[in-house]
Amino acid sequence: MTTPRPRIGVVTYPGSQDDRDALWALAALDADAVPVWHEERELAGLDAVVLPGGFSYGDYLRCGAIARFSPVTPAVCEFAEAGGLVLGICNGFQILCEAGLLPGALLRNASLRFVCRDARLRVERNLLPFTSRCTTGQVLVIPVKHGDGRYVPPPDLDPGQVVLRYVDNPNGSVDDIAGVCNEAGNVMGLMPHPEHAVDPLLGSDHGALILASLVDSARRRALAAA
Amino acid sequence: MKATVLVRPKPGILDPQGEAVGSALGHLGFAVRDARVGKVIDLEVDAASPAEAKAQVERMCERLLANPLIESYEVEVSAP
Repeated sequence: MTTPRPRIGVVTYPGSQDDRDALWALAALDADAVPVWHEERELAGLDAVVLPGGFSYGDYLRCGAIARFSPVTPAVCEFAEAGGLVLGICNGFQILCEAGLLPGALLRNASLRFVCRDARLRVERNLLPFTSRCTTGQVLVIPVKHGDGRYVPPPDLDPGQVVLRYVDNPNGSVDDIAGVCNEAGNVMGLMPHPEHAVDPLLGSDHGALILASLVDSARRRALAAA
Repeated sequence: MKATVLVRPKPGILDPQGEAVGSALGHLGFAVRDARVGKVIDLEVDAASPAEAKAQVERMCERLLANPLIESYEVEVSAP
């Protein structure tokens, strides 16, 4: 019996950079990774969607603020509201916050410097479609590379929505928050780049735990829908 | 009609850029107790009256120009 490969879309906005790495990493983890152009208005046939890192629309005005009005973003919102799995990485996280799918905002690093290095992250919740291959309390090594990664939560953020915290906060994020999910748990955003840490040759393969969790969950959904 | 939008970081939101500017001014010998850095957006809008222009620009602020979680905004409209 063959295991179905879930179809996971990776959106390319003008200025996205890590879309190809995300496609490569998902394919390496046995997903059918498909590019989705920012002008698409429908996301039919996908089992999950990834918004990749980069500098969509040049980060003009605020990071993610203009991508929010890209034709594909309302389709991503509809997909998420229908319970679809959505993962936003770095700029993708910023877009999900601007679009209101995730709480909070991401501002200039407290150091005012671009940081590009491995970060250590503590898993706060593993009962999620994005962290099922991790254990709570596990420390992951996954690189960050951003100038605007300082997470500011809304005053009423439920601590249960914090999925990952920095062990060594690289950007001044409030409460060391590195990744959050929505209330329903089907949308998650994180500043670190799991797609850059899927092979020991890259320095760490801990990112594969997050992406493989997503592939597992997408596959379950594909099977349930079949 | 010309409109100007002032976008400011909300009180309580850490503004490292403002801190850097304030500290640089201090090094220059200026007695600055606090500095906050925001942005100015100048617009030319088509509207029948200043009130209509203001209402339109406020909608722009709510939808795009400011993020209400972290920023406050102020709109000024100058008659043509």
